[in-house]
Amino acid sequence: MAAPAPLLEVTHLLMRFGGLTAVSDLDFVARTGEITAVIGPNGAGKTTVFNCITGFYRPTSGALALMHADGHRYALERLPGHQIARRAKVARTFQNIRLFAGMTVLENLMVAQHNALMPSVVNGLLAVFGLGGHRAAERVALDKARGWLDTIGLLDRADDPAGALPYGAQRRLEIARAMCIDPVLLCLDEPAAGLNPRESEELSELLTRIRAGGCSILLIEHDMGVVMRISDHIVVLDHGKKISDGTPAEVRADPRVIAAYLGEGDEDEEPAPHDASAAA
Amino acid sequence: MAYALQQLINGVTLGMIYGLIAVGYTMVYGIIGMINFAHGDVFMVGAFLTLIGLVLLAGFGITSVPIALALAFIAAAALSAIYGWTIERVAYRPLRGSFRLAPLISAIGMSIVLQNFVQVSQGARDYNIEPLIPGSITVMTQGGFAVELSWMQVLITVVTLALLAVFTWLVTRTPLGRAMRACEQDLKMASLLGIDTDRTISLTFVIGAVLATAAGMLFLLYYGSINFYIGFTAGVKAFTAAVLGGIGSLPGAVLGGLAIGLIESLWSGYASVPYKNVAAFSVLAIVLIFMPSGLLGRADIEKV
Repeated sequence: MAAPAPLLEVTHLLMRFGGLTAVSDLDFVARTGEITAVIGPNGAGKTTVFNCITGFYRPTSGALALMHADGHRYALERLPGHQIARRAKVARTFQNIRLFAGMTVLENLMVAQHNALMPSVVNGLLAVFGLGGHRAAERVALDKARGWLDTIGLLDRADDPAGALPYGAQRRLEIARAMCIDPVLLCLDEPAAGLNPRESEELSELLTRIRAGGCSILLIEHDMGVVMRISDHIVVLDHGKKISDGTPAEVRADPRVIAAYLGEGDEDEEPAPHDASAAA
Repeated sequence: MAYALQQLINGVTLGMIYGLIAVGYTMVYGIIGMINFAHGDVFMVGAFLTLIGLVLLAGFGITSVPIALALAFIAAAALSAIYGWTIERVAYRPLRGSFRLAPLISAIGMSIVLQNFVQVSQGARDYNIEPLIPGSITVMTQGGFAVELSWMQVLITVVTLALLAVFTWLVTRTPLGRAMRACEQDLKMASLLGIDTDRTISLTFVIGAVLATAAGMLFLLYYGSINFYIGFTAGVKAFTAAVLGGIGSLPGAVLGGLAIGLIESLWSGYASVPYKNVAAFSVLAIVLIFMPSGLLGRADIEKV
């Protein structure tokens, strides 16, 4: 079987903060239709990579190319912030939850569809009076939002403020919100952090479902149960450098990975694929 | 009794104008958390633009009052929208992300620039116009004192409430309003969801300028006299109204405006005219001691 087409190509990525090199000369490829996990001990530079992909940081040097199925190629390192979501169709979530806490659950999903609802300023002003095809667009957006609420099991809380949801539900809502921009690549920064075993099981299911729907996923995660179960491909970072790259089985057997994790002295982060599923 | 009723009517009218200006303060504060001190001066510019428009239209022989007012307002609103957009672009956007006081100082500077620009280009004198919307109804007569409600006062109240309704609708129910609220809560996250945050902020300033122009036109028609300094006085009062009502809340802005207007007019009517501002600001101080986020303001959502 031929490998799927590359979706994100990171080449010679370098990120320096003053004298500190957070990521040095990193190359990896995330392929279409796959879940690619980026793992590594704390401080390995995983979130920095995400911040470069989503326009939070401008890389010191290197290239981040995103290839759409239609042949369009986007240089993410040069695209202005909002265009990364709007045109390149890359969505992301954060380690700490960043929902619009004061808005309702449904509104959070509607905000993510802003560009479909308000393609131009004129449309935005017409919408005040319900003109310019706004009602039809709003209905489509509402259907999509309700569809995602159904998927994550929050349909009955659509009109509650997002900040009032329990933690696990807020995590799922963040993923649903990211999916509402119709991304080709979804970047998740530790989505399982703070979840109990049952919730991380649900999360794994949700992510597999998103992949089946055609969206590729780039995942930073410390919960090795989740990573080993759902990833197609794993990239391991340590001190800003890539130390291993391959399938879960290959990475787990790589002596450099074991050394990096044992060097941290943290038992939780050793590859242990079965404990989470057993607990569920 | 009749006297009190008359003061009440006058107070409500004044309060509506303050409220309309206050909405502009509150919207800008809502989205980028800064007090746009130049807003009062955009109101003044709006009043001048309306006046210039009316004079020009009269020169072209358009004498129908509703048509002249509508055309003058559209032209003035379009031009002051450009003012609002430019002010944000020139004075505030380059300072976004710097320390909190920087845009505030810049706003005060912008306010001085606008005042001086109008003073130099239009002169420091008062400009007077004849009442365009005359007439009134007598609400009641008591002991030779007739309580009058002028059509102008009715117009001011109706226009303010209508604009408040439209903009509340805009903010709560339309994509633009949702984008504004998203920017208000987390600018970076809004941008990551594909919202053009710069454009959303610009639009907020444009909308604020249009509202200020509406207030400027009503002020011109009601008092029949404007000068380059009206923006400062009215601006400070409107800002007070926005804080009193709970800055960030649209109905709060109009409620705060009404409160300030009523206090001023009742105090002038029963106590002393020179101390009317003292009364208004004392009430502000007292309200803020007991309700720090204003009458309708919500407590700050802690940002992590």
